[in-house]
Amino acid sequence: MISLFGDLDWEVVAEITLRSLKVSGSAAILASVIGIPVGVFLSLYNFTGREFLKSIFNTLLGIPTVVMGLFLYLLLAPKGPFGFLGLLYTEMGISLGQMLLVLPIVVSITATSIEQVGEEIYELALTLGASRAQAIVKVLNEALPGIILSSIAAFNRAVAELGIALMIGGNVFVYGGFANTRVLTTAIQMHVARGEIDIAIVLGLILLSLVFAISWTMNLVKKWL
Amino acid sequence: MAQKIVILALAILTITFGLYFYEQNKKEGLNILTISTTTSLYDTGFLDEVARIFKEKYGIEIHFIAKGTGAAINDAKLGVSDAILVHAKSKEEEFMKEGYGVNRKIFAYNFFVIVGPKDDPAKIRGLSVVDAMKKIAEAGREGKAIWVSRGDLSGTNVKEMYLWEKAGFDYEEIRKESWFRETGAGMGQTLLYASNEKAYTLSDTGTYLRFKKAGKIDLEALVDKGEELINVYSIIVVNPEKGNKNFDLAMRFEKWLVTEGQEVLKDFGKEEFGIPLFYPAAEVLEKKIEPYYSWIVKYGFISGSECPKEYRYRAEDYDIAFW
Repeated sequence: MISLFGDLDWEVVAEITLRSLKVSGSAAILASVIGIPVGVFLSLYNFTGREFLKSIFNTLLGIPTVVMGLFLYLLLAPKGPFGFLGLLYTEMGISLGQMLLVLPIVVSITATSIEQVGEEIYELALTLGASRAQAIVKVLNEALPGIILSSIAAFNRAVAELGIALMIGGNVFVYGGFANTRVLTTAIQMHVARGEIDIAIVLGLILLSLVFAISWTMNLVKKWL
Repeated sequence: MAQKIVILALAILTITFGLYFYEQNKKEGLNILTISTTTSLYDTGFLDEVARIFKEKYGIEIHFIAKGTGAAINDAKLGVSDAILVHAKSKEEEFMKEGYGVNRKIFAYNFFVIVGPKDDPAKIRGLSVVDAMKKIAEAGREGKAIWVSRGDLSGTNVKEMYLWEKAGFDYEEIRKESWFRETGAGMGQTLLYASNEKAYTLSDTGTYLRFKKAGKIDLEALVDKGEELINVYSIIVVNPEKGNKNFDLAMRFEKWLVTEGQEVLKDFGKEEFGIPLFYPAAEVLEKKIEPYYSWIVKYGFISGSECPKEYRYRAEDYDIAFW
């Protein structure tokens, strides 16, 4: 019997680790693509309701993942308003859910780090005759460490969360299956429920290593830039 | 530097979306059956085995979503699942009455056990179920015993409510008493809690045996005999008129489960635990093997049948008969 039951199947472990990386990685990337411009906009442009918007994003920073998972489950269920998308119990569904979860992280950290280093530089660049676009590039350069940090933080929260991965992903696993959704966190939860604590610990260590490896790689990228 | 950022961003985006399109293509024409299931069935690993067989033999991916009976029924109502595997007759009847479920088939049974600490402060070892429940309540009120309930509307929890009523207690009343504790968690966690607190609880056999064998709990099976403890598992297919897409596949799975699937079921876990975790029900129903037949009829049938006529839907197309 080929089974995870009772012993460790390294092929399975590799598969779910790669899936965690893929699902949460794309969530973080999508959130960065959307969130960084929003963060820049919030920090550099003055408009009415700006402070209000910022505090909304700050509040969303702490949204519990189970609440988010519940919302999304109801929205994405076939009889829900977005059921026609067919995203429930799919990898894409988890990615999208995690993207929504970590978007406020990207926005808030980006905005904060630009405010810390950038506002004066922005004004200065403008007075020195730079165009708005040139001034923004200048500010982005200065705030880059903070922006990269926002993406790392986004990935870390996405890959470590359980609520969305479980409620939207459903922890589906079939040997040789093409539409599996089991990721590291849902696998850990399942093995704890099954009383297979040793496997859960191994998977937990892998999850920690993954978070560490990504943070480290991003540090290297920061230097390369 | 700005150029480097653009290059990096483009590279990452290309790789991500490339991967997704690749995956999407692989999934074209894939047969997927979604089944919401009770955790006690899922956590044994039996359904992993079933999913593997279906993938290898028939090229069908069965997605089992482990949720507990109450949540599995909710999944089906929201149009998520094509069929459900459950073990709580009263909930199942409700589900079919509301028009969501059809073609219920009983495919397995086993027994619940009342487990407790070795020193057995309520002195229930070997008693009948009803007497044991009475003793536990008595000892509880004297401060000598603790009862742990799952309190999560799972099949096990529903059975527990039935047992309390049967022993002459009002579940809604005793759950408020201080010796009565609810975990609101799955069976595994509830067993760990009970073991820690030296408490009694009701467990399904599979989970209890696995946790016991792994040395994670210090509890003993004190009452494991009695027809009231029978645990009847059934499959209910979601009514295609309620928006189900995979009725045909679900029915073929149901047919498999009560024929070839019975062989897989029979041997599952035997080697590891010495006793089987589930007993196949098809033969018992067909040949009326006593006493189990009478017990299944009493605790698993709805109005004298595993699936009353009004809840059947085109089952003859799949050569499925109901008892």
